Amino acid sequence: MSTYYLNYLEELESEAIFILREVWAQFQNPVILFSGGKDSILVTHLAKKAFHPAKIPFALMHVDTGHNFPETIQFRDDLVEKFGVRLIVGSVQESIDQGRVAEEKGKNATRNALQITTLLDAIETNKVDCAIGGGRRDEEKARAKERFFSHRDEFGQWDPKNQRPELWNLLNGKYFEGEHFRAFPISNWTEMDVWNYLTKEKIEIPSLYLAHDREVVRRNGSWIPNSEYLKLEEGEEIVTKKIRFRTLGDITITGGIESDADTMEKIVEEVSTMRETERGNRTDDKRSETAMEDRKKEGYF
Amino acid sequence: MKIDKNQLLRFTTAGSVDDGKSTLIGRLLYDSKSIFEDQIAAVENSSKQKGIEGVDLAMFTDGLKDEREQGITIDVAYRYFTTPKRKFIIADTPGHIQYTRNMVTGASTANAAVILIDARHGVIEQTKRHTFISSLLNIPHIIVCVNKMDLMDYDEKVFNDIVNQFEEFSSKLLIKDVRYIPISALEGDNVVNRSEKMGWFQGSPLLHELETLHISSDINKIDARFPVQTVIRPQRKGFEDYRGYAGRISSGIYRVGDEVTVLPTGFTSKIKSINAGDQEIEEAFAPMSVAITLEDDIDISRGDMIVKKNNQPEMSQEFDVMLCWLNNSPVKPRTKYTIMHTSNEQKALIKEVVYKMNVNTFKRDSEDQDLKMNDIARVKIKTSHRLMLDAYRDNRNTGSIILVDDSTKETVAAGMIV
Repeated sequence: MSTYYLNYLEELESEAIFILREVWAQFQNPVILFSGGKDSILVTHLAKKAFHPAKIPFALMHVDTGHNFPETIQFRDDLVEKFGVRLIVGSVQESIDQGRVAEEKGKNATRNALQITTLLDAIETNKVDCAIGGGRRDEEKARAKERFFSHRDEFGQWDPKNQRPELWNLLNGKYFEGEHFRAFPISNWTEMDVWNYLTKEKIEIPSLYLAHDREVVRRNGSWIPNSEYLKLEEGEEIVTKKIRFRTLGDITITGGIESDADTMEKIVEEVSTMRETERGNRTDDKRSETAMEDRKKEGYF
Repeated sequence: MKIDKNQLLRFTTAGSVDDGKSTLIGRLLYDSKSIFEDQIAAVENSSKQKGIEGVDLAMFTDGLKDEREQGITIDVAYRYFTTPKRKFIIADTPGHIQYTRNMVTGASTANAAVILIDARHGVIEQTKRHTFISSLLNIPHIIVCVNKMDLMDYDEKVFNDIVNQFEEFSSKLLIKDVRYIPISALEGDNVVNRSEKMGWFQGSPLLHELETLHISSDINKIDARFPVQTVIRPQRKGFEDYRGYAGRISSGIYRVGDEVTVLPTGFTSKIKSINAGDQEIEEAFAPMSVAITLEDDIDISRGDMIVKKNNQPEMSQEFDVMLCWLNNSPVKPRTKYTIMHTSNEQKALIKEVVYKMNVNTFKRDSEDQDLKMNDIARVKIKTSHRLMLDAYRDNRNTGSIILVDDSTKETVAAGMIV
């Protein structure tokens, strides 16, 4: 006899598919914000399931800071080809060249904050009315109050104190000209849920997530990868370590952890005993206690 | 962890800062080892700055800048933790009177409500309000936690008196399942671990209750309702004739071969296939997201509902709703709103306010017709076309609506069909 209930991963999957279909039904020109990280890969795979046997009906939008891991770009291009989807690239370098933004200066300079302008420009020029993201509420305290359908005003800004209430399964995606939405189908997933699902479904992810030997430098308690953008400071030394990355951002700010987990199963095992949050190695979140909230209000992912 | 059987339980916590609600959630997360070391370090740091010894558990749940400055929770925040038995989602809602709307929001999808009572004060107005809303939103399970027992010498009589107070007022409400637990969130008594100081209590600690509540029956599996979200028509070779009706089953069970009726048109057909992702399956049940194909070529679009021939919802343009007003600007008489119900959308008018509910006294007021933010009232609604309706008591998914103000696009009200 069958049992008529879903386990928690099946329920999360069903919820995410519901939200993706709702986006498709309620918006004119939705895209998936694709970073090459595991969360946006998961969202893309869920979109495939949601519309099977049709193709994924959303374009993928990538905000390219120019400071990528080369593996990320290769992975993105392979995925685009495999699923036959359209790719839209917003380039931070172009935004800098056009004088829309200025490169940060100093030793902790990153292009992280600059992405906001490029993203909002790409949304506007492509007339995107809903950008689907892989944000999860467990990631960071400012995200704990995010909605599935998150309204942005005509400046692309998020007003955390004036969000639309979301009840039952009724999602209100109505907007005025010039405004847009962000949609977060995997809001209710935790890092552990994501890994369990990727493993169960045998979904391919960039090799950067698996333990590998890499040249790194110790900085602020993390292993920062060597790259053409890295400027060594006094006392810093490049060493080779077996590391893996828990999140993927810019190569300049994403710290790795020492690990022997070189298979999905080993990662699941490692994450379940992990005692630090995954964004703990992201220097962009460490700038201040409300760094994420401040960036989100301006239009960050 | 065995993940193949573990279920997901959503619960809401109701109470104010003073009841120790944030401390309770902090305790659940902390004792179930769901808090990471860098989070603990950050909170230790802030606790020290505020002059608090050790770890202030309440600070784990404070989210946005304004809240940390004011020490209150201003919106629904979602928290996650997992034990070897279940995954949990907490909808953490503030308890102040002006935040009824947040409580209603958090309660709308909850399997259980944890209601906190301060052992020193017993049942207060706020307790009644929270219980009323939990009952109105038809939350299947209610767990009453009498907190701060440490401040009352863990006295059994204090607990029993409060249980009696609660029983007395809640007997007027429709509540299916209620349990009581004496706890101290601060000291950790009966939250995750059994209290050694309250040997007189025969029940289980809170976490054990949450892990074992029977929730498989919380979703209606009798009345089959399938609102169509969108139609999948692949423009590719081999699938030229494929027409999949995509949606999330609201309630009930569907099998290949079932005789179905499509509403509102009334056309009948048989289920040809059911797809879950790229898998073809023989049967599907709520709350699965699937795509259904039918034997006959019928014109079906978003907002239609596929039901069983012998079990159909009521089709009506005029009906009564318990409405909770969620917006700063009050009801405007004779205004047309957009009503959203399942995947259906129509225009709607509030024809009449039958009575307003005083959520503290449970008294009805049929004189006052003004609906303002946080008011709850029974109203008569008329829609431009028929909706396929069930009573909210029978079906949370097909018995709920929201109203959207066309001039602001905001969600202004949430309603439960009577």
